[in-house]
Amino acid sequence: MGYNTKYNNPSTNRKLTLWEKLYLPEVIRGLLTTFKHIFRPKFTRQYPEERWDPPASFRGRPVLVMEENGSERCVACGLCSRVCPPLAIEVRASETEQLKERYPVVFEINMLRCIFCGFCEEVCPEEAIIMSKDYELVFRDPSEGIFGKDKLLVPKAELKERLDFLAEMRN
Amino acid sequence: MPKFTIDGNEYEAQAGQTIIQVAQENGIDIPHFCWHPALSVAGNCRMCLVEVEKTPKLQIACGTIVTEGMVVKTLSETATKGREDVMEFLLINHPLDCPICDEAGQCKLQDYAFDHSRGESRFVEEKNHKDKRMPLGPQILFDGERCISCSRCIRFAEEVAHQPVLTFVHRGDHVTINAVPAESFDNNMSMNVIDICPVGALTSRDFRFKARVWDMSFTDSVCPGCSRGCSTRIGVRNNEILRTEPRNNPNVNSYWMCDYGRVEMYPAVNEGRIDGPRMKDAAGKQQATDYDTAARVTAETLKKYHKDEVLILGSAAVPVEDNYAMLKLAREHFGKQTIPFISHIVGEDDRLLLKADKTPNSMGATLAGCVADGHYPHVHGEKAAHTTVLELLRSRKIKAVFALGDNFLTDPQLLEAFEHVEFFACHAANETITSRRADVVFSISHWAERDGVFVNFEGWAQSLNPAVTTNYQVRGRDQLNMSRLDRFGSPYDKWARGHKRDAREGWHFVQLVSNQLGSKWHYLHTEQLFEEIAATNPEFKGMSYESLGSLGQPIASKHSMVKEPIYQEVYQETGAPLMGSGN
Repeated sequence: MGYNTKYNNPSTNRKLTLWEKLYLPEVIRGLLTTFKHIFRPKFTRQYPEERWDPPASFRGRPVLVMEENGSERCVACGLCSRVCPPLAIEVRASETEQLKERYPVVFEINMLRCIFCGFCEEVCPEEAIIMSKDYELVFRDPSEGIFGKDKLLVPKAELKERLDFLAEMRN
Repeated sequence: MPKFTIDGNEYEAQAGQTIIQVAQENGIDIPHFCWHPALSVAGNCRMCLVEVEKTPKLQIACGTIVTEGMVVKTLSETATKGREDVMEFLLINHPLDCPICDEAGQCKLQDYAFDHSRGESRFVEEKNHKDKRMPLGPQILFDGERCISCSRCIRFAEEVAHQPVLTFVHRGDHVTINAVPAESFDNNMSMNVIDICPVGALTSRDFRFKARVWDMSFTDSVCPGCSRGCSTRIGVRNNEILRTEPRNNPNVNSYWMCDYGRVEMYPAVNEGRIDGPRMKDAAGKQQATDYDTAARVTAETLKKYHKDEVLILGSAAVPVEDNYAMLKLAREHFGKQTIPFISHIVGEDDRLLLKADKTPNSMGATLAGCVADGHYPHVHGEKAAHTTVLELLRSRKIKAVFALGDNFLTDPQLLEAFEHVEFFACHAANETITSRRADVVFSISHWAERDGVFVNFEGWAQSLNPAVTTNYQVRGRDQLNMSRLDRFGSPYDKWARGHKRDAREGWHFVQLVSNQLGSKWHYLHTEQLFEEIAATNPEFKGMSYESLGSLGQPIASKHSMVKEPIYQEVYQETGAPLMGSGN
């Protein structure tokens, strides 16, 4: 048998009473419910004037953590790119004079492909790529959907909530 | 012939063999860091500990010679625990910076930490800090913290490269490797230590941080640097060669290749390429054209001259098939018995790998029927009067030249003698002095972009595989070594697509020109040419791309030179990454 049998099978549908079969009284009852709600408090958010601040567990667009000195935390190990199911991430490494030796000279996420799975954040050994609260992604052109380091790097201070959340969930 | 058992199975050993050698031959993998089949036994990593019955302690498999009736256990509880303890010691001061380290993905320490370690450390103290970026030689950087003191590089420098300048300094956990004061490991074989380093302590200045190993597609190939023709493996990402590394081929190069072949050959494939055919216009400036026009103009111009005024040149830089096709053209349309090719002999042979002949296929071109310049007895029926191409050109009898891909005008004398040549059509892959002089340039694929056969100076034939794609050539017959990006990436991934060049294998153009001259050739693939060569040339009898495989075959007259491969099945020291080929 196919799925959803219970609701598709006419034999199990509820029999309507005579009152319900009269039709108009039920319509009026429905309208009464509608009008009642007009005077109740509203739950609809007036987006975009009124914006939602998601909780720390929210998986918005992935971003790169920028350290206080302005450099990226990422060491360009490429694990995010390796684990990314839709092949959305490209990392190209180069050498830096800093202690960590290696940094991403190119870091690009194709946001048209990103599926917000958070695997990149999970696999990252440096906690350098994390999911942000940013859910507003609008492009007028497909090429705008490829985010480079300029758009990906976000100062550490702005990501504190998520970093704390990750630290808490880790152990 | 002592008989002994490993893990309950009986094996027969040659007298004097060690446990690890017999194990490798029989496909049993005993973990090891310091042991290398081509180097002496050092026995200092202690990773290959096995339990031998009737000995009080665990024994190292690399240093214990097999005796009659010996009972070896590699999987017993004591042996396993021994290995786990060795791993724990090795990891105490290891920085665990795998995300940064170039070796990650093909690192023995990483693999063994996964297979033979408890997975956690009891060491809470501060790790030792050592030099992180110390140059040991012009091509090598040494990271002291990652080093596990296996001494492979020290032994390599002494035993293979014959430049014993590396040594251990300091003691205990402060031990590190350094070059002898005022010396550096400056040797044409130096970069092999990067391959044999079981960890990422030795890194290549040339490759450092270019790509992760699992991002690259690896394709078996042959080094075009000299007539040795070392078996190599090419690492490609984004349709660009990032590195070449040696492949174990006991009949050609053992485990090694020279630095010259490793760092100086591949950039020519990536840079300075000729993208599509070109033809000089009335003003003498090279303009892009299409293949048919270029072939038609070449054929029509060559037809204008008398057969004796046309010089057809083979090349030792391109595979046998191209030379065969060119010779066939010369015989069919220009009545020549044979065609010359220019040799490129620079310097002298080194004692190890590098040969003075800097072309990979002199032997192959000779076998195909061409002759090295200066060695052919008759040119156009004139006995010994003009024995070299140079003299022939200087005699001003040559008006038109059609040459295979070879940058031979680097010789100033030849260039000067070329002044009187009215028409010059050549195959070229790179923008060179030769290609700039040409009236018609056919853009050919490089060695890394095509199929074909090179025969080295000893008569060992090896086949090439396309590692880089062109507009006409998809990658490889063997898809297994392709990286995830190459296998699953779409044309919309700008990093998986790369730049594809408009280039074809040389024989395509020979065929086009020949058909314009009136032939009816119908070759569709290089393999068809090779089949024809194998059918007609006794030296290549019975060969096919399949039979050449990855290690090649000797030509018929050199069949005696075959050496039995050593540990071929299980031993891949400088191999493709273990991970990365799958999704």
